[in-house]
Amino acid sequence: MALLEVKDLSIHFGGVKAVQNVNFSVDSGIVYSVIGPNGAGKTTLFNLITGVYKPTTGEIRLDGEAVHGKSPNELARRGMARTFQNLQICMNMSAVENVMVGAHLRLDRNLVKAALRFPALRKRDAEMRNEAAGLMRFVGLDKFADARADSMPYGALKRLEIARALAMKPRLIFLDEPAAGLNPKETIEVDHLVRKVADSGVTVVLVEHDMKMVMNLSDRILVLDYGKKLAEGTGEEVRRNPDVIAAYLGAHA
Amino acid sequence: MKNTTKGLVIVAVILAIVPFVSPNSYYTDLAIRMAINATIVLGLNLLIGFAGQISLGHAGFLGIGAYASAVLPTHFGWHPLLAMGAGAAVTAVLAGLVARPIFKLKGHYLAMATLGLGIIINIALRNEAQWTGGPDGMPVPAMSLFGFELSGDKHWYWVVAALLLVSIWASLNLIDSPFGRALRALHGSEVASQVVGVDIVRYKVAIFVLSAVFASLMGSVTAHYIGFVSPNFADFFHSIELVTMVVVGGMASVFGSLVGAVLLTALPQALATFEGWETVVFGAILMGFMIFLPKGIVPTIAARFGKGE
Amino acid sequence: MLAQFLQFLFSGVTVGATYALAALGFTLIYNASNVINFAQGEFIMLGGMLAVYFTTAGLPLPVALLLAILIPAIVGVLVEKLAIEPVKGAETVTLIIITIGASLVIRGLIQVWLGKATFSLPAFSGDEPIQVMGATLMPQSLWVLGVTAIVVVLLWYFFNRTLSGKAMLATSYNPLAAELVGINTGWVLFMSFAMSAALGALGGILITPITLTSYDVGIMLGLKGFVAAVVGGLGNGLGAVLGGLLVGILEAMGAGYISSAYKDAIPFVLILFILFFMPRGLFGGKSTDRV
Repeated sequence: MALLEVKDLSIHFGGVKAVQNVNFSVDSGIVYSVIGPNGAGKTTLFNLITGVYKPTTGEIRLDGEAVHGKSPNELARRGMARTFQNLQICMNMSAVENVMVGAHLRLDRNLVKAALRFPALRKRDAEMRNEAAGLMRFVGLDKFADARADSMPYGALKRLEIARALAMKPRLIFLDEPAAGLNPKETIEVDHLVRKVADSGVTVVLVEHDMKMVMNLSDRILVLDYGKKLAEGTGEEVRRNPDVIAAYLGAHA
Repeated sequence: MKNTTKGLVIVAVILAIVPFVSPNSYYTDLAIRMAINATIVLGLNLLIGFAGQISLGHAGFLGIGAYASAVLPTHFGWHPLLAMGAGAAVTAVLAGLVARPIFKLKGHYLAMATLGLGIIINIALRNEAQWTGGPDGMPVPAMSLFGFELSGDKHWYWVVAALLLVSIWASLNLIDSPFGRALRALHGSEVASQVVGVDIVRYKVAIFVLSAVFASLMGSVTAHYIGFVSPNFADFFHSIELVTMVVVGGMASVFGSLVGAVLLTALPQALATFEGWETVVFGAILMGFMIFLPKGIVPTIAARFGKGE
Repeated sequence: MLAQFLQFLFSGVTVGATYALAALGFTLIYNASNVINFAQGEFIMLGGMLAVYFTTAGLPLPVALLLAILIPAIVGVLVEKLAIEPVKGAETVTLIIITIGASLVIRGLIQVWLGKATFSLPAFSGDEPIQVMGATLMPQSLWVLGVTAIVVVLLWYFFNRTLSGKAMLATSYNPLAAELVGINTGWVLFMSFAMSAALGALGGILITPITLTSYDVGIMLGLKGFVAAVVGGLGNGLGAVLGGLLVGILEAMGAGYISSAYKDAIPFVLILFILFFMPRGLFGGKSTDRV
């Protein structure tokens, strides 16, 4: 049984059918990419699966359990993490604290114990701080270890989001255009990072425009166009698919 | 030693010295009022500064606590401590009931709802004259702890100073904890905090109730200290004064709350002879700070010197 | 029975018209800038107080009234320039606090200048009450309703039939797009504050012969106007008008039939009710955030 199964998923915003009857499944441990022209509905699809939007029709199953309609924090409980195309970093906190927030569900959130400074809670917090620093090193942000989030450059913040997502120790991570807005050198670094993440055992679902990166990393690819599934398969299969070629390059390619 | 620990020690030292350098009762009384306001503002700042929410009716919760301490002992013979607890309990329930539906909405709606709640409480206190003494207010019996009656600034100063110190300590702990970080993340990016597992509505409700209960307890303390309550204590202007203290001292700053409370408790005293001008000055301060010093005094100074808070 | 009901209805609709004008003011500014102008109530107060000042100073009524609308409009623009513009794009909390600050400044200055007394204006066409089915209707009420109705029609015409009005509407839907097609959004902001203040002031003037005025009437009137705007659906003009009338009527009915001591609490109970069950109000649309 696949880790993630999406069946007949649709969402309508008034008259706009942003996603229509999309079907796919993602096996545990692979890198699965979603590509398509701008406006194809990729981020909307992400938002649907990660609980930010509620589907109009269709099913989403995580490890067999129906999770469509659940809120993002409930999905987080089930091991689903994500990053955002438009950065969602807490600029009012330090970089390390942003990562530590990722571990929210793994820590003792009790208000009273926190206010009274229970030793066990403090100890766990200190351990978490170290772990967060470690995650920042993992994603290549060692030099920002003591930085405030609002003093970091765009590229660094994109990785910070990944570090935060990893702090959840997720089963499944959704990366929404991790290389968007990055120069070629930074893009290669992100490529390596995603590979590292996948190698560490986390299932990765990726939305990306950079075709080289997608072809490099992906085990399977889903192509969307106008909210509908256009094709699915391995990199080779998708690359040769005439419908895909037409969608990207125009019908006369 | 961490900056925050240093700060705590400094405050403790100041609090210990004040009664001995205070020239007379007037100044001790002022210090007590400052400390009470500082404690209330600490709770309010957790809500406004750290969690990024708003409450324009906080004085209403002060009123519930204050009047609970007046009405229950006077009309029903309750022990003052019990009355104080009852006030806090009622506040917690009320805040919890109102907060849940409201926090599903954003910004102005929350402001409006808290404002409305505060006004309704104020009107109720004014109207139910047979219990509350109406617009003229009513006297409050003295608080007694384990048979010892607390009266006058000599006793109350130490009680209030201790409460303030404990509140500062607890707030500092809270901020640097998973709960506190979740709150701050909520302010920074609601969506991001949701996807890491924070139940947004529950946290907003929790911090709202917490800061309301802080206010209620301090309302009771104020009532016992002054020995008298009136509905003005729970009016809109008082709610605005409290918000001004948060804004001036520094949103999301524990020590800022103290600074704001100290400055703006002293201000009305200084303006006492210029009646209408008090309103103008408060308004000008609010505007000026939001435009020029939106972070408030303490965080701006801290940023200048490159330190964290 | 009917007479009593009509009596409450008349007074409710009359004061409801003032709330409607205030609500329209909130809506205008909210649409132009996404700001809730907590100083709106003070414009209402300024209208009444300035009208009193200028008429007692000996100016003929029409001149006094004109000034009492013009000056608040200028104050409105000042608020926009001094309070809102400097903090463009700030958090909601910041904007709310700033407009509250502005309202305090305005109210405090009036208190210092004109004192804390209550004032009245003579009714525009006399005090002779009109008998309607056993209830009395003050002629001034007819003025309030009549002028409000005319203003609402004029506003409708302005927004739907004139280019400037449509420009303002366009700005409210998408400020960036509006700028890109050449609409001067700065001017739109300027106009919305000026119009909003003028509307509020007009309402304040009309109602003063009936409910009197003083330096602190602004708070309650403004807040109730905001309640009306939310009840009708924040951002919707028709909603603002209907919301205003509804709030006025419910307040009068509640005060008459249930308890007059809690009259002022009724709009706020109403707003809590609306926020709990129908936060979008009567006509508000749904909105989604793009993530």
